[in-house]
This record gives sequence, structure tokens and C-alpha cells, in this order.
Amino acid sequence: MTNLTATVADPAASDAPVIAYPTPLLRIDGVTKAFGAHSAVDNLSLDIKAGEFFALLGPSGCGKTTLLRMLAGFEAPDTGKIELNGEDIAAVLPHQRPVNMMFQNYALFPHLNVRDNIGFGLKSAGLTRLGIDTRVAEMVALVKLQGLEKRRPDQLSGGQKQRVALARALARHPQLLLLDEPLAALDKKLREETQVELMALQRQLGTTFVIVTHDQEEAMTMADRIGVMHGGRLQQVATPRQLYEAPASRWIAEFVGDINIIEGGITHRDGHRLTIAGRDVGTLFAIEPRHPVGDAVICVAIRPEKIRLSRRGPATGLVNSGAMNSLEGVISDVGYLGGRSLYKVKLDRGATLRVALANTARLDVDAYSIGERVAAWFAPDDCVVLVQ
Amino acid sequence: MAVHPLRLSRFNITSLVLGLAFLYLPIIILVIYSFNASRLVTVWGGWSTRWYTELFNDRAMLDAAWMSLCVGVVSATLATLLGTLAAIALTRGAGFRGRTMMSGMLYAPLVMPEVITGLSLLLLFVALDAGRGFVTVTIAHTTLTMCFVTVVVQSRLAGIDRSLEEAAMDLGRDPLRAFLAVTLPLIWPAIAAGWMLAFTLSLDDLVIASFTTGPGSATLPIRIYSEVRLGVKPEINAICTLIVGFIAVVIVMASLASKLSSTRGESAAPL
Repeated sequence: MTNLTATVADPAASDAPVIAYPTPLLRIDGVTKAFGAHSAVDNLSLDIKAGEFFALLGPSGCGKTTLLRMLAGFEAPDTGKIELNGEDIAAVLPHQRPVNMMFQNYALFPHLNVRDNIGFGLKSAGLTRLGIDTRVAEMVALVKLQGLEKRRPDQLSGGQKQRVALARALARHPQLLLLDEPLAALDKKLREETQVELMALQRQLGTTFVIVTHDQEEAMTMADRIGVMHGGRLQQVATPRQLYEAPASRWIAEFVGDINIIEGGITHRDGHRLTIAGRDVGTLFAIEPRHPVGDAVICVAIRPEKIRLSRRGPATGLVNSGAMNSLEGVISDVGYLGGRSLYKVKLDRGATLRVALANTARLDVDAYSIGERVAAWFAPDDCVVLVQ
Repeated sequence: MAVHPLRLSRFNITSLVLGLAFLYLPIIILVIYSFNASRLVTVWGGWSTRWYTELFNDRAMLDAAWMSLCVGVVSATLATLLGTLAAIALTRGAGFRGRTMMSGMLYAPLVMPEVITGLSLLLLFVALDAGRGFVTVTIAHTTLTMCFVTVVVQSRLAGIDRSLEEAAMDLGRDPLRAFLAVTLPLIWPAIAAGWMLAFTLSLDDLVIASFTTGPGSATLPIRIYSEVRLGVKPEINAICTLIVGFIAVVIVMASLASKLSSTRGESAAPL
């Protein structure tokens, strides 16, 4: 599921964000935070625009949570600036920031009922009892918790707790809402439903959301832009489509989604068209990326669903003219996943390709079986050429 | 999930009866003999409440009881305050220098023989030339009971998620108000339990009190002990029965309170 609002046909052709936003709400400028000798966030800069749904994606320990905690004010950056609406808030204490956070384990107050949990931040803002009641009722309606106002957190299901936490964080109308793995505790079905609800809510309110997650599907589904973090640094900031179709590095290509990586070297250049000698694969045709790779050792990345299989292969004319890559091999493994099947093709030259095919028919009369000879073919356009 | 009632075997019942008898038979005998009409403690002379009447006319005994109560309340309150603060520092201040040493030192009074604690306090008060009486006993009991409060409160604090307080700060409370609004209500049962523990410890302490008290300010255990040395009077049985009754009421109230707070609190059963 990719974001189809993009109008640019080739995501690789553009580095600029597809959706235009006004001036940044949040500017993170050269922020570094170290714990002892280990730097959790390393000279990181990032702009987030008002109204944006931004996801920080990365494996555990990549520094994404530390960054989020700096935005909330629980950690102070060692160096660098964090500007909200042009004002440096790096030294502002958490309770004085127009920023609210939804905690990973929700952090609901166990001794307070739903109503008092949601009203907690309003009470500290000095609202009157009437004002609090009105806003709480609004929030309860917004997250559809009517009738549960008197319950305590331990009398709620996981999904209900998540809603209370969301309502509590939104009640103060923050300029920036931080969400720390907000859906990690929910089961798959509920998580998918909640993703859609969160997106709708964000669009309805127009609040800027920054979400931290290690679940790439979650980030892809919900976010306008994704920042991939690794080792305390931002590896790439892009729309979900750009991230998937035009990863900036081999690490990102392998981190986001499933991908075949073929190492090799360029043997011939004809304009943008590259001829590549792939290790254990043979000759490949690909298109030079926007930033030319030079003569370095490169790798070619190709998504499993971009590869087609057939018993006879594409027309020989296509292959000979370099308009199509065709590699021959034998099916070595088949994994049935419901909507699609994952085939492993052991190529004659030695490498193994993973190929994903949609199961478009209910009966498998024409499916490939283990041991069958096939041609795996894909267009040069579908190859991503990356510097090693 | 239904909990099946435990089926007790003959062996279980026997050991339970023996254990309870070992614990409570002496107390039951004490209670019965407090209603003895006879002047001799060991000879049964029929039912009577005369020793209770005599007790309430015994000025010295009543003064001692009042003294114990005052020392108990004041020292338990001070110990709870200091012990809770120590528990917070030890749980929250993970990074400060000497934390391990401090937590070890806090536990030392738990295992220190009371005679040593008493003697050292006596030496201190003598060195300071402090007149021994209510103040010195109260200080001594505060030092004795503070570490018990710390242990009780610390275990409760350790079970509380730090992010609760962060959430409160995120929602606009400064650190102090976040603590008061979130953490304090959650550790309240432990603080109350710590106070009660400190109070009962102070109430029945004889050793340390006898080292640190002065003339005219005997606590109840000291008074009872000095009376018993001259021979056990049935009046002593009467006051002991009253103390047992008082402590039983406090314990029942405490357990009811903690049960109530846990059904309202985080460990409650669903509706």
C-alpha cells in the first residue's frame, strides 16, 4: 500500500517532497545527545512542517525514542537547537511546552477514571470545571469512548486504553503531538483499524503528528513523510513511496521491505543506460540514478514483486536490445502467503532471487512448482543502482 | 477464573491448629486472667473486672500509656516523613554518588542489635548533654523505625512506572505537582502501612526506650517491666489485654483500608 497522492511518475527522479507544506513548525538543527560514550542522536537536522504526519522509523536502539524525548523535553540535547515556531525550546521544561506526548505504555493514571485522566492536562491549564467538562466530553466523543467516563484504566481493554491516552494527549490542543510506538501493544487487526482512525483524526484536527515506530508497514500506511534512523543519524527522509522505490542506500533498501541485492560492477555506459556485470548473475541492464555512481563497486537492488516469472521468458528481441533483463534458473522453494506467493529462484549462474507473485486465481493450475525451469525477468527501470 | 477452595488434609489442619495455638494460646490465657477476681495471678478466683477499674485509677500507668502514645505518634510521623524522602531519593536518584552505600547504611539498623543502637544513642545524648526524656526517646524511635518505612515505601515506589510522572509533567504539571498528583496517591497505602509499622514498633520497644528515657518519662513497656519485676499484678494482665485489643483493631483497620484501596486501585477485578 503506497501513497498514491504522488504525481511524479518516477519517484527516483525527484528529491523534493511531493506534498508542499508551509514553513516548518519544528526545526531540529544539529542536535546531538550522548549517554556516556554512546551517542544516541548524532548531529541530526530535520524540518517538520505544520500539519504533517511524520514517522521516525528505525530498529530499536537507533535513537528515535531519544529524539522524541528531546522534543517532549524529558532529555536536553548536548548541542544543537530545537525550534518550535522559530523559538528555541531546547531548554524549556516539559510542562511549559505546547507539545504533548502519547506514551508507549499509555502511562494512564491508575488512580483516576477516564474522565479525570483526559481532564488532567486541562486542570493544570487552569480551566474551570465547566470548561474541563465540555472539553472532556468533546474528546470522549472524538475517540468514541462515550459511556466509559467513570471506568478506571484497569477496567478498559487495550484498545480503549489507547484511545484514552490519545484523548488525554490531544485535550490540550498541542501544536505538536508525539506518539511513542502508539500501536505496539495492540493486536494486528485492531492495529490496522487504529492506523486508519489515527490518520482520519490527524486530518480532521490538522495537528502535527510525530510518531516513533519500528513497524515499517505502520509508518508507510500513516505517514506523509518518513525519516529512517540508524545509529543516531537520519539515513533518509522521504515519502513512503520514495523510501520504498528509491532507497538512498543499501542499508535502507534492505531495512525497508523485502529486496534482492546483486553486487557487481559497471562494464558499459550508454547515456543513462548501464550495463552491469552482476556477481553470480551475469549481465544486467539498469538506469543510472540521479546522482551518478561513477565507477565504484555498486549493487543492484530489485524488489521481489517487480520480477515476473514465465516458462518461456520475454521476447528475445527485448532481451537482446537491453530493454529487459532475463535470468534463467530453477524454482528452489515456494512459500504460499495467501494473497501472494514467494518463490526462490536458483539462477544458473549461482545467485538466488526472491520473487513475489500475486495469487490472482483461486485454483493453482498454472502455479510454478519446485524444480521447474523458469525465466525471471524485470525491466531496467525497476532496478535501483546503489553505491556499495 | 474461579479459584477452587483449597482442600485441607488432616496434616494441614493439625499443623495449622498447633501453629495458631503456639502463637495465640499465651495471649488467650493473658486475656482470661485479666478478668480474674483473685489477687494471685496463677489462681483462678472467678470473673471480675476489678483490675480494669484499678488500672484506670493508676495514675502512673495511665501517664506511661499516654507517654507511649505521644512518642509513638510523633516518632512514627517523623520516621514516615524521613523514610519516604529517603525511599524517593534511593529509587529516583539512580545516579548520585554513594547511592549504594547509602542504601546499605539505611538497612543497617534493621539488623543492628537494639542494645547497641540504644547504647550508642545514650552515649550520643550524654555527649550532647541532652536532658533525657520525651524528646530523646522520640528521636531514638525515629531513627529505629525510619528504615522500616523506607523499605516499605521503596518497594512500592519501585513498582510505579516512571513514565506516569513524566506524563503528568507533559500534561502541564511541574515536577513537584506531578509528584503530588500522581505518585503520592499511588504510594499512599505504603506510606500509611509504614506509619503503622513505625507506630507499633515504637509502642512495644523496651530496650531502646530504657536507654534513652529519663526519670518521669517512662513509656508503657518500661512501666510494665518495672512493675513486673516487683511481681506480676493482675492489673498488668488488664493493660496488656487492652494493648492487644488496640493493636488488633489497628491491624484490622489497616488491612481493610489496603483491601479497599486495592479494589479501587490498579489491581482491581474488572466490572
